[in-house]
Amino acid sequence: MALLEVVGLTVEFKTANGQFRAVDAIDLTVDTGDIVAIVGESGSGKSVSMLALMGLLPWTATITAERMVFNGHNLAGLSARERRTIIGRDMAMIFQEPMSSLNPCFTVGFQIRESLKTHLNLSRRERQHRAVELLDQVGLPEPEKRLAAFPHQLSGGMNQRVMIAMAIACQPKLLIADEPTTALDVTIQAQILELLVELQRNSDMALVLITHDMGVVAETAQRVSVQYAGQKVEEQPVLPLFDAPAHPYTSALLAALPERSSGRHLASIAGVVPGQFDRPAGCLFSPRCEHVQPLCHEQVPSQTQRDGASVLCHFPLDRQGRPTHARQDHDSQNQNQNSQTDVNQINGGMQ
Amino acid sequence: MLSFFLRRLATFIPTFLGVTLVAFMFIRIIPGDPILLMAGERGMTDERYAELMARFGYDQPLLTQYFNYLTGIFRGDLGESFVTRKPVWDEFFTLFPATVELSLCAIFLAVIIGVPSGIAAAIHRGKFWDQALMSTALTGYSMPIFWWALLLIIFFSGILGWTPVSGRLSLMFYFENVTGFMLIDSLLSGQKGAFGSAVQHLILPTIVLATIPLAVIARQTRSAMLEVLGEDYIRTARAKGLSVFRVNGLHALRNAMIPVITVIGLSTGTLLGGAILTETIFSWPGIGKWMIESISRRDYTVIQGGLLLIATVVMLVNLVVDLLYGLINPKIRHHG
Ligand SMILES: Nc1ncnc2c1ncn2[C@@H]1O[C@H](COP(=O)(O)OP(=O)(O)OP(=O)(O)O)[C@@H](O)[C@H]1O
Ligand code: SF4
Ligand SMILES: [Mg+2]
Repeated sequence: MALLEVVGLTVEFKTANGQFRAVDAIDLTVDTGDIVAIVGESGSGKSVSMLALMGLLPWTATITAERMVFNGHNLAGLSARERRTIIGRDMAMIFQEPMSSLNPCFTVGFQIRESLKTHLNLSRRERQHRAVELLDQVGLPEPEKRLAAFPHQLSGGMNQRVMIAMAIACQPKLLIADEPTTALDVTIQAQILELLVELQRNSDMALVLITHDMGVVAETAQRVSVQYAGQKVEEQPVLPLFDAPAHPYTSALLAALPERSSGRHLASIAGVVPGQFDRPAGCLFSPRCEHVQPLCHEQVPSQTQRDGASVLCHFPLDRQGRPTHARQDHDSQNQNQNSQTDVNQINGGMQ
Repeated sequence: MLSFFLRRLATFIPTFLGVTLVAFMFIRIIPGDPILLMAGERGMTDERYAELMARFGYDQPLLTQYFNYLTGIFRGDLGESFVTRKPVWDEFFTLFPATVELSLCAIFLAVIIGVPSGIAAAIHRGKFWDQALMSTALTGYSMPIFWWALLLIIFFSGILGWTPVSGRLSLMFYFENVTGFMLIDSLLSGQKGAFGSAVQHLILPTIVLATIPLAVIARQTRSAMLEVLGEDYIRTARAKGLSVFRVNGLHALRNAMIPVITVIGLSTGTLLGGAILTETIFSWPGIGKWMIESISRRDYTVIQGGLLLIATVVMLVNLVVDLLYGLINPKIRHHG
């Protein structure tokens, strides 16, 4: 059985202007030892979906899911008290801003030992010993001295290492890293990623890495889930994804990578992720999609398969990067009718 | 930490000198001169006038006068009251313990009720408890003190007869003034019922004096808690699986207390400066009442000396608050 199995996770926020669906029927399966990357632009619901698993969303959030099972526990059915025995121990999370994610009033040592004290039955001396060991493990020099430091006395990179030490303190089965390097200097970014991958490799911990950096994905992940406007639009193992993206959005994200851009200008996707008030009808990506068809504006696409990739699109790209309807056009004279039936077939196939 | 302490102390000295200058100028800029004022309606002969001018040093240059005034202060000489002929310094120290006792009781009450109310309101933000507590605080804050005091007196002293109306102790008791704090002295005296009487006398003035600081502390605690509860490190604390009590009561409160401590300290400073209204209403023999009486008697040396002492007390309290602030805020301790 998978370590984490999420089916149809939906999160809605109560806002002044009614309900806002930030996460829309997301599926995610993570096995022990996996590294799964979740990518997508700002506002695509990456953080919210993971915070929902951790139970860290404010009361304005309504969380629903068909299935939300972690390590045999049904997360949806847990009381807050039961959940607190799991989070911070078996399922841990680190965040984007290391400087503000540590409490400025307590020493680093206090905050690490607190995690140990909450979940493990260790003596005071054992906790101190383990804290030193953890700082050493995350590559902080002079761990004994660092334990006495306050967060503001350390750099951002060091604080992120402390956050990681705190998160892995109880040897979690799953570590969720929410853009752990975004706030750091470029050189430090690479070191922190390396550290995460190394820690993952030396244990059977699974790692969910949230990022909007495709470069990071390529270097670290085994499997990638691409999120757009709260929906999962594509999921594939990392190599085929880079090789042959199935969703036009993924393809556009990849084309925007510096090393892939042809010509002097960096390709970027025009437009922004739709928010609460500008959700288009039909496919949410349709206003920005370069392969958009009339059908896309009318009908909501459903999840389909394309050799190993699951994709949310009426016309997934083929291995050559051509949308499926283009191939159909080639074969047929009647374009409109054909794309219509094509879609019906795909939809029918799903049901 | 030591350098932080020294730096704060260094800012204290110029402020203190500034206050002495204001107090010194005060008596010299009021219309008429102090000697004539002393003489009052009766007037005096020219020789007597010159003699007094010389005796008090008013015939010397201003700078010399200021220097003499300063050295006087450091010798503990603040002049004599025109009215009682007693040294200002002695009068102050006879009355000050009464003010301290009342102020500390009031601040204590304000903190033990205000801080938990603020926390509760923040945690139940926007819900019933928040609204109930905050509208009560607003009422307390905007209520005229004398009216509120009268209401309490009418109800508790008049109707119920539970508490006395004025003073610090029932006339049935008499004992030596050891510390000047009635709560302590009454216990030391060993007289049966004396402590109870002291407490009874304290209750109403304490409530009245605590009302505004309580409201301010509750509101400040609430807003500080609300701000802190939205911080990233609170999310981290929750992500660690800590109990709600630990997240709110340790991780959030510890940070929220930083601004709250300042407010508590400033309120303490203000109260120690003498609660003029409360002390007058309850005939509480403290420095607030002393000041208002000396003003109505135009007892200028007392006003001058009293102002200086009160300002010094307030400044000292603020200094302590600053140091405490450094103690609980690691960022200040290391950089500030
Ligand atoms: N507490 C909240 N109340 C209302 N809306 C929220 C709340 N938290 C997040 N949202 C909205 O949910 C959407 C998804 O946010 P989320 O933080 O998950 O995006 P993200 O993919 O993590 O983006 P980023 O890359 O910027 O971190 C956004 O439109 C955001 O405004
Ligand atoms: S459904 Fe249409 S608009 Fe949406 S991604 Fe696919 S091709 Fe583009
Ligand atoms: Mg995010």
